[in-house]
Amino acid sequence: MKIIEAQRLTRKFGDFVAVDAISFNVEAGEILGFLGANGAGKTTAIKMLTGLLSPTSGDATVAGFDVYSQPEKIKKSIGYMSQRFSLYEDLTVAENIRFYGGIYGLSARQISTRRDDLLERLDLGHARDDRIRSLPLGWRQKLAFSVALLHEPRIVFLDEPTGGVDPITRRQFWDMIYETAARGITVFVTTHYMDEAEYCDRISIMVDGRIEAIGQPADLKKSFDVASVDELFVRLARPVQA
Amino acid sequence: MKSFRGFVIKEFFHIFRDYRTLLILFGMPVIQLVLFGYAVRNEIQDINIAFVDSTNDHVTRQIKERIRASSYFNVIGQLPSERDIREAFQRGLIKEAVVFEPGFASRLAHDGVADIRIVTDATDPNTAKSMQAYTASIIAHYQRDHLGSTALRIVTESRMRFNPELKSVNLFVPGLIALILMLVCALMTSITITREKELGTMEVLLVSPLKPIHIIVGKVLPYFVLSFVNVVTILVLARLVFDVPVRGSVPLLLAECLLFILCALSLGILISSRSNSQQTATMVSLAGLLLPTVILSGFIFPISSMPVALQLFTHIVPAKWFLIIIRDIMLKGIGIEYFWKETLVLAGMTLILMTASARSFKTRLE
Amino acid sequence: MRTLLFILQKEFLQIFRNRAMLPIIFVMPVVQLIILGNAATFEIKQIEMSVVDRDNSLSSRQLIDKMEASGYFAMSSYSVDGRDTGEELLTGEADMQLVIPKHFERDLRTVEPATIQLIFDAQDGATAGVANSYASTIISDISRHVAIDRVHLAAESEVSRRIAVIPANWYNPNLNYQTYMVPGILVILVTMIGTFLSAMNVVREKEIGTIEQLNVTPLKRYQFIVGKLLPLLIIALAELAFGLVIARVLFDVPILGSLSLIFALATVYLLVMLGFGLWISTFTHTQQQAMFLAWFFMVVFILMSGLFTPIESMPEWAQRVTLANPVAYFIKIMRRVMLKGAGFGAVSVEFWALTVYATLILSLAVKQYRKVSA
Repeated sequence: MKIIEAQRLTRKFGDFVAVDAISFNVEAGEILGFLGANGAGKTTAIKMLTGLLSPTSGDATVAGFDVYSQPEKIKKSIGYMSQRFSLYEDLTVAENIRFYGGIYGLSARQISTRRDDLLERLDLGHARDDRIRSLPLGWRQKLAFSVALLHEPRIVFLDEPTGGVDPITRRQFWDMIYETAARGITVFVTTHYMDEAEYCDRISIMVDGRIEAIGQPADLKKSFDVASVDELFVRLARPVQA
Repeated sequence: MKSFRGFVIKEFFHIFRDYRTLLILFGMPVIQLVLFGYAVRNEIQDINIAFVDSTNDHVTRQIKERIRASSYFNVIGQLPSERDIREAFQRGLIKEAVVFEPGFASRLAHDGVADIRIVTDATDPNTAKSMQAYTASIIAHYQRDHLGSTALRIVTESRMRFNPELKSVNLFVPGLIALILMLVCALMTSITITREKELGTMEVLLVSPLKPIHIIVGKVLPYFVLSFVNVVTILVLARLVFDVPVRGSVPLLLAECLLFILCALSLGILISSRSNSQQTATMVSLAGLLLPTVILSGFIFPISSMPVALQLFTHIVPAKWFLIIIRDIMLKGIGIEYFWKETLVLAGMTLILMTASARSFKTRLE
Repeated sequence: MRTLLFILQKEFLQIFRNRAMLPIIFVMPVVQLIILGNAATFEIKQIEMSVVDRDNSLSSRQLIDKMEASGYFAMSSYSVDGRDTGEELLTGEADMQLVIPKHFERDLRTVEPATIQLIFDAQDGATAGVANSYASTIISDISRHVAIDRVHLAAESEVSRRIAVIPANWYNPNLNYQTYMVPGILVILVTMIGTFLSAMNVVREKEIGTIEQLNVTPLKRYQFIVGKLLPLLIIALAELAFGLVIARVLFDVPILGSLSLIFALATVYLLVMLGFGLWISTFTHTQQQAMFLAWFFMVVFILMSGLFTPIESMPEWAQRVTLANPVAYFIKIMRRVMLKGAGFGAVSVEFWALTVYATLILSLAVKQYRKVSA
């Protein structure tokens, strides 16, 4: 089943074409790695798919809903964790959970069971009433991810979730991503770490607003005759940077 | 020295690239000057009043005509009876009602005395007092001219020195200079330094070969120049547009401004070295500096009218001393022999603030 | 509706946890009210008078005594020689100089009117004007007595006709300046809270990036805005209540009108100012910018509000500009309702003006605050 379908999706800012007629599909339960140099158009593409920005032209559906006419329905079916920190630093762990649960319309009982569940899984029970500010960055990121899943969305968008995190936490974070995908939730993730790209089911590489390559990491390496995704990325992205 | 020059140039670039800040730096003084010059006045002029006059005879008509002719009042009409005054006051339609007793002319002729009641809306006491005084003097003149009974035996000659036209803009311009200097020097400097702290670029500067003193001077120098340009702009505009005089020595005036700028800059550095976020710096500057400069310096409200405790407090407000000095120079046109004490106080404050700010900046580095 | 409760809860938690904000919300207004209430006065307590009495006669000393007895004038120096260089005015030791010429007493007794000179330090024109009117009143009083005495001395039988002027000061018979200023200062305080907090609050979410997170949730635009503004409205009204208590207890300012009318009108007014803050937040990116813009508008609004100087004294164009100033409307409302006991009828024009303003600014702000960028 296709959970995201994009057809010639385009976004212009004045004369500048940020996203240039990209077309791709994402299967339910898949982990899609969305790669690209800074300014390649990744963030604009995600904004269109999450209903934050309307496309200039082209079509797309997310979880079966149209990005033009049903952005509010899309928002109910997705989770989102941005590269900027998304939890309130001056609220406690429990208060953040209650707030985000509340605005997604969860009942009080749902909020409390899912909260206890989540805290237990992350082994954060002792920090329940600590302010987010006092937690180490790695924990905050894992918590933000879990909060984005609180309302059990069908797709979760992760925008550079592991920036600035130590390698061990990064591993744990990817374990969480695998668990999520195993539960049937589609994961749409952008990253700058090429080793992380190897973990994805499929990757897409954006250059200059266009998708230059999309497919399983192994297939792509074979067809471009490179040893690693890193090499592939450098080869595709270099012409632009020069 | 070369690296220092580069640093100062960078600071200038920061300011000139941020058009919003520039707009505030140069737009604000001009707009405030225009407001204070044109709009913020406390002269009594065109105050709305009404008459209550049931008889409307030849005497009351003459008196009303005189009142109508004065520039103080704008007569909006007649009220049917005294009972209507309350409603008119509550709606804010008028601020004064002049009530002639019924049968005014005939009472005056037969009994020799007739009453006029001047009813004021005294919620604003100053205006009420002035309105009353002006109305009474119009009636007194009428009496002298028409009734001839009480010829004035004492003639007063009033002379208004330093400001013969009683223009409030003359009073406000010196205060405005103080306010703008505080805003630009203290507020802007404290924000720009805490900003570098917040962004983490301060650490980069500290590990560079620049000496701490160079960093402070480099940060402050652009504001020093800008604020001086501001002072000159205000003075020129005030002179050209509002005819505000500078009767004393211009070099002396500028020198005193420089002293005050130094004082304000030291305050800004002191605030920034003690606060860690722009928000705190802004709040401290607004509450601790701008408010006293507006309220407790004699800028708008005379210090002599304040309670004693507040009068004592005004001694530690630098703007108070600065205002005395520049009003002396601009309006009275007198020299340093009259205000050397105030200058000394201001210089002393500046010295103390400079030492304190230099010290707290240093300890922060260790 | 339930979603709204979650937002309100979060907003209140955040406001009460913000250490930097709490004193600004709750301590600063009180301090400001007390300081401003005492300091913001044009009341003239005492005019320092230096006297040059060249006549040095019984009449001249009587004149000086009468001036001092009025309570407005205090003699700071007295000289009988001819020096009247105005040195005391230059040093600031005196606010006014009274010069009584030679032959003052002689002139009073003869046909010639006697002339005296009053020289004011008019840097503060308004104060000098009022001082002048005090002096003139006192002197014309003396003048009349002299004239009446002369009439008696001459034993003239003709009955003089005169007009008796009876002053009456309504609403503030003691001419207390605080009574006038405190209601206006209250307006400024709630205005500051409303505008600054609403502008900074929304921009803060932008700055720390959480607004992006909220935008991808099903949260509706109106829910977000109501959730942001309602807590501030409640805080500002609480502050107004507290300020009214201080005004009544500490400054003895009368509250003649109905309290519910005050709070109802304050709510409409706060909607305007909160909407204004929200509007500022839609096109600024940092709290700093929001602060400066809000501050800038505040200064213009307050100067043009009639708080310190009467609107009637402004030139025609400036008076027309004040029609667009919400602060001016609410200051009028507060003064009328508190001090004059005005009912709704007397402030209905201002009420409708504020209502229109609130509708306009809120719809503008809501329109500008876009969840989906076009």
